[in-house]
Amino acid sequence: MKNKLKKNISATLLGGLAGLINGLFGGGGGMVVVPTLTDLIGRERKKAQATAMLVILPLSLISAFLYSSFGYCDPNTLIPTMIGTAVGGITGALFLRKTSDVILFFLFYTLMFFAGLKMIF
Amino acid sequence: MTVLFVFFGLIGGFFGGMGMGGGTFLIPLLTIIGGLEQHLSQTINLIAFIPTSFIALIFHVKNGYVEVKDALFLLIPAAVFTVIGAFAARGTDGALLRKIFGAFLVFLSVRGFLSRKKENQLFKSRNRKDNF
Repeated sequence: MKNKLKKNISATLLGGLAGLINGLFGGGGGMVVVPTLTDLIGRERKKAQATAMLVILPLSLISAFLYSSFGYCDPNTLIPTMIGTAVGGITGALFLRKTSDVILFFLFYTLMFFAGLKMIF
Repeated sequence: MTVLFVFFGLIGGFFGGMGMGGGTFLIPLLTIIGGLEQHLSQTINLIAFIPTSFIALIFHVKNGYVEVKDALFLLIPAAVFTVIGAFAARGTDGALLRKIFGAFLVFLSVRGFLSRKKENQLFKSRNRKDNF
């Protein structure tokens, strides 16, 4: 019983953190939601990733509305980027599991590391 | 210039479609190479993934992968804090926000490598297809 309460409190706090990150950075909430679902709630990876989308999509709608109302938007860059994400998204979904996850893993996190450093300095 | 942004979208979308957090990729591309102001990159990232996520979500629901109760439980506090986060972003200078976001990326990549190392130790003998 006490454990369940502790788990619920942690999940609530982590949900809040995911929201804060998604609002502050305009993305990245999934990086908190997915581990919460797998490590804390105990869902398998695939379910966690799918469920995270149901959390992140409404958050993105709220943030997108707020950011646009703050005046941060430019259709001339938005539209081409959006065409790219649509085509890339479908390709990525089809490509899933057809490639070595080890290579992708290192590529993904190494690029992320250097991009982060570049943004700090 | 337009072609460049389509290309950024393709890369971000590709990782996003594989469930690897496309936004954490698209924002740095837009900011570092595209030269966009941080807030603008974040807005574009937010909006650009909405249609793709929506379609992907429909497929996931149909396949029975979405745990609605879990999502709602996390969504309630998340929705409140996302509003706070968005207002905090508005109150933060773009150059500073960019640095904070950069630190977030460094943290995520270090966490990613550490969790990978832990998993490798745990499942050394098993040939796992589904990890990180």
